Amino acid sequence: MSRNINPHATVDPECLTPAPEPHGRHSAHFSASSLASQASATVGVDSARCYQCGKCSAGCPLADEMDFTSSAVLRMLQTEDPAADRELLTSQTIWLCASCEMCISRCPMQVDIPKLMDFLRQRSLYEGLANRDARRNIVAFHRSFLDVIRLTGRSYEIGLVVDYKVRSGKLLQDLTVAPAMFLKGKLALIPEMVRDRRGIKRIFKKTDE
Amino acid sequence: MNKLGFYPGCSLEGTSREYAESVLATAELFGVELAQVPDWNCCGATAAHNLNRALSLALPARILAKALDAGMKEIVVPCAACYNRLSVTQHELFLDEKLRRETEEAVGLPLSDKVEILNVVQFVERYIEGQLPEKVTQPFGSDVACYYGCLLVRPHDVLQFDRQEDPQAMDRVMRLLGANPIDWPFKTECCGASLSIGRTELVAKLSGRIVREAEERGAGAIIVGCPMCHSNLDMRRPQINKYLGARSKIPTLYLTQAIALACGLDKKQSGTRRNFVKVDWNALRNS
Repeated sequence: MSRNINPHATVDPECLTPAPEPHGRHSAHFSASSLASQASATVGVDSARCYQCGKCSAGCPLADEMDFTSSAVLRMLQTEDPAADRELLTSQTIWLCASCEMCISRCPMQVDIPKLMDFLRQRSLYEGLANRDARRNIVAFHRSFLDVIRLTGRSYEIGLVVDYKVRSGKLLQDLTVAPAMFLKGKLALIPEMVRDRRGIKRIFKKTDE
Repeated sequence: MNKLGFYPGCSLEGTSREYAESVLATAELFGVELAQVPDWNCCGATAAHNLNRALSLALPARILAKALDAGMKEIVVPCAACYNRLSVTQHELFLDEKLRRETEEAVGLPLSDKVEILNVVQFVERYIEGQLPEKVTQPFGSDVACYYGCLLVRPHDVLQFDRQEDPQAMDRVMRLLGANPIDWPFKTECCGASLSIGRTELVAKLSGRIVREAEERGAGAIIVGCPMCHSNLDMRRPQINKYLGARSKIPTLYLTQAIALACGLDKKQSGTRRNFVKVDWNALRNS
């Protein structure tokens, strides 16, 4: 990690009371502009509750691929340092997290890290800070997936892969698996569509952020 | 005959057609009629909840609203990822009234928490398990590795299904089919899920460890309940073999494929002809 984080920093004992996380309420411990306080206010995840036991990082299947492990993410949020917030929003970590939920299943304080990761990804896109590498592969894939749903209401593999190739520039990827999938009857040539596409359009419009 | 709602989800219409085939064949054999949720849409999957929270709630909400509108009290959702998104959505929307009103407004349909969402194992437990002793005609004889993955069992607070680290429900069903489920530590490890296209090499690593562990412990098949796990363990096998530096042969079967085979259904009905890694039924069954 590139920054110094004091692992022995004291945590306000009040933060350690295991109470259900309130929705829509700022944590008293954070200043309003920090990422930690935004996470608390918008998705109700209070990162102050983390006492750095490290169980989440120990169980995370992708920890050794990440630039910051999940417990480091929480510690960085707790510092409320704008530079740390920025590092998080530009990190690979938030895109590598596969939402397997192992972390929260082992967290003694039930800090909802998967929900926090979703929040960080969305902030990072909103601020235009998403990691460059991730933008070309993982983010490109998610965007292609939603492009297809917006049009047809359902996922459609060929449309998804073509859209992804255009977004990612990886034109040759998975060319070998496609014919085999086709022979096994696993690739539909014509997309299955929702009849009420106006309803789907409405949902995308109303939830556009 | 029991009539239940059915949400296949997109995978079951495409890359996981064998899952749909085995679910429908099994349901028919056990006297259950599955009626699709009318004009269902995609649940939004990982993409929606990673990129847009409001959308990730509204897409599953439309499915639940359509099921409610059709008078369905229970819907069977074989895809673990869809099951997870529908369950989490229902949970979140009925904890937060403001969020529910906003979502109902986006969907344009009313919601209720009265629709019960069943994953594939719950469906089997409720409608199939009791009849297994009389219906199993060709029992398994091999060891199997029951692999639950993430989304069937987590988050436990929401799903309230089985044990989150050492679940037992599929093991119990497989025992009723004559198989011997092995004890192994990878039951709920992650296969790499939706990183399959964006970061294929990571899926090869994560899924590779699962395949290697199952094979080294002598399992003849890996049993799953999730199309994402299945396609990563089965269709991504060339990449897995490259990561392992060895040619693994262990097939991956959906729980419903295992039931179909043990009840005497053929390759076509069980959909095993569509698996990438060859399913050698003679090697798995009790002969």
